[in-house]
Amino acid sequence: MVTEQEIWTALDSVMDPEIPKLSVVDLGMVSSISIDESGAAEVEVTPTFAGCPAIDFIKRSIRDAVVELGVESVTVNVNFDRQWNSNMISEKGRALIKDWGLAPPPVHDGYISLDVLQNVACPHCDSRNTTMQTPFGPTLCRSIHYCNNCSQAFEQFKPVTSG
Amino acid sequence: MNTSALENYILKTADDLLVLGHRHSEWTAFGPVIEEDIAFCSMAQDKVGQAQALYNVLHTTFGYDHPDTLAFLREEGKYTCAQLVELPNGGYDTSLMRHFLFDHAERVRLASLVSCPFEPLANLAKKFKGEVEYHVLHANTWIDQLGNGTEVSKARMQTALDELAPYALGLFEAIEGEQELVEQGVVVSEQDLQAQWQAAIDPILEKAGLAAPDWSSITPVVGGRKGYHSEYLAPLVKEMSEVLVIDTEVEW
Ligand SMILES: [Zn+2]
Repeated sequence: MVTEQEIWTALDSVMDPEIPKLSVVDLGMVSSISIDESGAAEVEVTPTFAGCPAIDFIKRSIRDAVVELGVESVTVNVNFDRQWNSNMISEKGRALIKDWGLAPPPVHDGYISLDVLQNVACPHCDSRNTTMQTPFGPTLCRSIHYCNNCSQAFEQFKPVTSG
Repeated sequence: MNTSALENYILKTADDLLVLGHRHSEWTAFGPVIEEDIAFCSMAQDKVGQAQALYNVLHTTFGYDHPDTLAFLREEGKYTCAQLVELPNGGYDTSLMRHFLFDHAERVRLASLVSCPFEPLANLAKKFKGEVEYHVLHANTWIDQLGNGTEVSKARMQTALDELAPYALGLFEAIEGEQELVEQGVVVSEQDLQAQWQAAIDPILEKAGLAAPDWSSITPVVGGRKGYHSEYLAPLVKEMSEVLVIDTEVEW
C-alpha cells in the first residue's frame, strides 16, 4: 500500500502553473494527506488566493499524480479550513522563486505595511535600493518593483497574511 | 442561531463583492495608466473569487443553487447588494473613491467576522483579510496622492466623495434578523461597523486634504439589502450573464 510520505513526495513534482519550478508542496498549498484502511487517499488543498484561476487545474494535477502511484480512490478537497499565507512557502520554495527571477516574499509577522513593500531585495543584484511601483502585478500573487541599483524592473511574489 | 438571517448576511456580502468586482473589471484595457489597469483587474479577480467562495458556502452548507447560478441567473430583485456597488464607474476619480469607501468597509466587516462562531464564514474572513489589505493600501495611496495633488485632482476627489457618501452609508443598511444575530454574537451590528469605518477613513481623508462629510447629517441610500436597486443593476446583471444564458447546461 502507498504511504502518506510517498504521496507527499509525488506531490512535490506537481507544479504551480504560474511558476512551473515551484511545487504545490513548497508553495504550502497542501494542508494534509491521509490514507484510510481501504487504501483510499484524501488530500486537503487550500488556494493561495480566493480568486486563483488555476485551482481546478491544480486539483486535477494533484489527483492525477496520486492515481499514478496506483491509488484507486483519490479525493482532493479544496477548502479554506486552513488559510494560506506567504509564510507557508518553504525555504526551498523561496530559493526556487528567486531562481525564477522573482523576489521571494519576506517572512511577515501577520501585518503588511507600505514599509514592508518598499526596499525589497532585488532578485538580480540583491540591492535594497528599490521602490515598489504597484502592489498589483501580472498575476494575483505578484507586485512590481524597480531596482535603482541595476536599473531593472522586477516582480515580487508578494507577502500575504491570513488569520 | 437565526440561520435564515445568517444566509442573507452571507448573500449580501457576496453580492456586494460580485457586483463591484464586475464594475472593477470594466477598467480592463481602459485604465489611465497600465499599472492602474492591472490593479483594477487584480482587485476584480479577488472580489469575484471571494464572492464565489461565499456563494459556495451557501451552496454546500445551506443547499442554495450552484455558485454560477446564484451569481448570474437570479432576477434583479433577488440581489441584495448595496446600491453603491451598482453605480457606473464614472471617471477614474469616482471609481477610486468608491473603491476606497468600499474596501475600508469590507476590511472592518472581515475583521469582525474572523471570530464568527459559524466557522466556514470565519475561515473565509481570515483568508480574504490578507487580500483586502492590498486593496486598502492601493486606495489609500491614491486618495493621498490625488487629494494632495493639484487643485483639479483635489476638487474632483472631493466631488466624488460628496456624491458617493450617501451610497456608501447604504453599505451599512441592516438586514432582517440582524438584531438577533448580533445578540447571539454571530455578527457585529452594522451601526458598530459604520462607526469603525468612519474612524478608519476620516483621518485618511483629512490627511489627503479632503473634507470628510458630516456623516450623521447624510441620508443613506438604502433598499439594496431588500432587493430595491438603482436603474443600473438590471443592465449589469444582463451583461454579466450574457454568455451563460446562451446555454445554461453547457459543460465548461
Ligand atoms: Zn537590482
